[in-house]
Amino acid sequence: MSGHGSSAAGRAWHHDERPVRTPGMSAKEEILARARAALAVPRRDAITEEADVPRAYMRADDRSETATDPAKVRDMLVRRIEDYEAAVTRTERAQLPAAIAAALAEAASLVVPPELPGEWTAGIEQRIVRDDGALGPRELDGIDAVLTGCHTAIAATGTIVLRADGLGGRRVLSLVPDLHVVVVEAEQVALGVPRAIERMAADPTAAWTMISGPSATSDIELERVEGVHGPRRLHVILVEDPPPADTTASTEA
Amino acid sequence: MSTARPVDLGMPSVRPQHASPSSRLRGAEGFPAAARRETQDATLRANLAHATGTIRAKRAGAVREVRDWQKLRDAGSAIKWQVTDHLPEMLERLEASVQAAGGTVHWARDAEEAGDIVTSLVLERGAEQVLKIKSMATQEIGLDETLAHAGVRAIESDLAELIVQLAGDTPSHILVPAIHRNRAEIREIFLAAMPDLSPDITDDPAELAGAARRFLREQFLDLTGGVAISGGNFAVAETGTVVIVESEGNGRMCLTLPKTLISVVGIEKIVPTFQDLEVFLQLLPRSSTGERMNPYTSLFTGVHEGDGPEEFHLVLLDNGRTAVLEDPEGRSALHCIRCSACLNVCPVYERAGGHAYGSTYPGPIGAILSPQMTGMHGPDDPNATLPYASSLCGACYDVCPVKIDIPSILVHLRAKGVDERRETRGQFHGTWDVAMQGMSRLMSSPRLYDTAVRSAGLAGRVKRSGNIGRLPSALPVIPGWTDHRDLPTPHQSFRSWWKDREKGEARGQEQGEHDEEGTA
Repeated sequence: MSGHGSSAAGRAWHHDERPVRTPGMSAKEEILARARAALAVPRRDAITEEADVPRAYMRADDRSETATDPAKVRDMLVRRIEDYEAAVTRTERAQLPAAIAAALAEAASLVVPPELPGEWTAGIEQRIVRDDGALGPRELDGIDAVLTGCHTAIAATGTIVLRADGLGGRRVLSLVPDLHVVVVEAEQVALGVPRAIERMAADPTAAWTMISGPSATSDIELERVEGVHGPRRLHVILVEDPPPADTTASTEA
Repeated sequence: MSTARPVDLGMPSVRPQHASPSSRLRGAEGFPAAARRETQDATLRANLAHATGTIRAKRAGAVREVRDWQKLRDAGSAIKWQVTDHLPEMLERLEASVQAAGGTVHWARDAEEAGDIVTSLVLERGAEQVLKIKSMATQEIGLDETLAHAGVRAIESDLAELIVQLAGDTPSHILVPAIHRNRAEIREIFLAAMPDLSPDITDDPAELAGAARRFLREQFLDLTGGVAISGGNFAVAETGTVVIVESEGNGRMCLTLPKTLISVVGIEKIVPTFQDLEVFLQLLPRSSTGERMNPYTSLFTGVHEGDGPEEFHLVLLDNGRTAVLEDPEGRSALHCIRCSACLNVCPVYERAGGHAYGSTYPGPIGAILSPQMTGMHGPDDPNATLPYASSLCGACYDVCPVKIDIPSILVHLRAKGVDERRETRGQFHGTWDVAMQGMSRLMSSPRLYDTAVRSAGLAGRVKRSGNIGRLPSALPVIPGWTDHRDLPTPHQSFRSWWKDREKGEARGQEQGEHDEEGTA
């Protein structure tokens, strides 16, 4: 048995009544039996079954999600990502390699997940390390930037959802390098959280990471500081066809 | 043996148990005494007022832009009721899901059992130090100290927790544990604890965070093969998915770099289905930091081949939670998702600060959670004072994302404390009951009442401020009332004031009638 009870030492008020454990009962059996005994005391209202949960909030099939002009949804995504002090580039597919190269201009080295489309890095002149699953954190710490794809983006919250797969990369990949560049396809953009969770629920046991802006803390006098542990810079590249210039012009008017 | 009673031939009768006395759930003194001291600290009060005010405003803005906020609260509340109403089945389902995903599930009845499980896991893997993510459950069971006894050093990876740990301090806020420290203090703490730190460092938060980043990154990068310990914000029964909501990325480091991950999670942290996260991942960030979404949310399920830990251990912790479950009027305290919105709106918390509550769980939610987890053992139990640490203004209920009716539970616990003391120990017969009987006699006789008020010598108790301070408890009229409240000095007795008022009103009416005549 490990040491315990030290906190009670020197206290003015003492209460030493240890919780009872029933001999011969496993911890699991006992906790479940305690819970059943506790719930045997009925509450005033009827108990809540799954069907009783009121789902009047805006779910994935809400009109706001299904009927809003996708261009407007993408506009919202861009604004909300920028609110987190992250950079956003809107581009059409033909310009994607150039946009990626520009976002990575200051990085001397780059790591990419194994199944990242080769054409994405066509404009890159720097050293590219393709992750083979064996890169350790020390090696990753020596690489300036990481380029990944995305699974889903949430416009209402400015969130990028990565699945740990060949396009999103192992979770550590998008964590250790200081600059994270992520490519978002127009059809991956959801308006609200419920639609995003619905997309993720198709593969619930994958390793998921939801990213909203760069790493941040407000622990010192509530002043926001970027990059305590994760990447200090996040750069999102949104691929839109037809070209975004036309879309924004018509929606912002 | 009596045959009139049903004979229980089945399982031994198991009762819910309160938390281990070693848990960090009870202070050394009651709230009034602790608050009296804490409120003297001008720095603390200024920091708290600034912090709570800032987060309050941010939260209000983030909530205002969500049109279906109240409907999300309704859903969140109902889902949490669904969980408590079916907790045993939910727990078994969670266990099966985690095991199916390659994880191991451990059950811990109390703080000691949880400490033993984690310590054994760490020692078996030969780890001399472990990295931790800020977790209230591990704080509650005093895990760092338990590990230290076994010769294992626990390093907090969250910036605020690191500040608290390096200062040898305890957290004072659920969300911003170092809220009681300002930048100058933090600079001093870092200089004392980080040997490589240059004394040229200023107290700019960005510079201080940079120092912490360098200090901790060294620990992270050597974590490969090591052990990390986390809590968990949600555990999905349907899939076995554990969700960790954070800002800095230290959580992601702990979830992906070590070989072994141990998550200590309270049995109430369950959500039924993966899809239910659509409710809580909207409610939690906006209520907590006032952001649309927190920077990082990780969802992982058991062990992921080729990515992250090779071993995952989930420790399901009771430690007094089933005791909370036993009270149907108070059990919804278990619905708390630890957002801390109730702390930031509470006028009592804003002034007294987190330490005054003496528990891992401060603020209004702590005032209903801690006494239920530990039980209230008589009037001298510090936790018996917590249900009174509130003005019952109701702001906590308004902001609670899962609609826990904190004011009603506070009142319920006050009544419960009074009932227990009266019924089981007869303590009130000595003081309160006698006082009440005396009051009843006094107040039914105008003559006796007048005499008592005059003879109480109120004039001698008047402070220079013109307020009445603490009165001796011998005064039969209001025993204890003035212990925590100043009374404005009455210039005359109520009865003589009433007489004057009656006279005045009569005069006023006459005056009014004359005016009307004049203007007509």
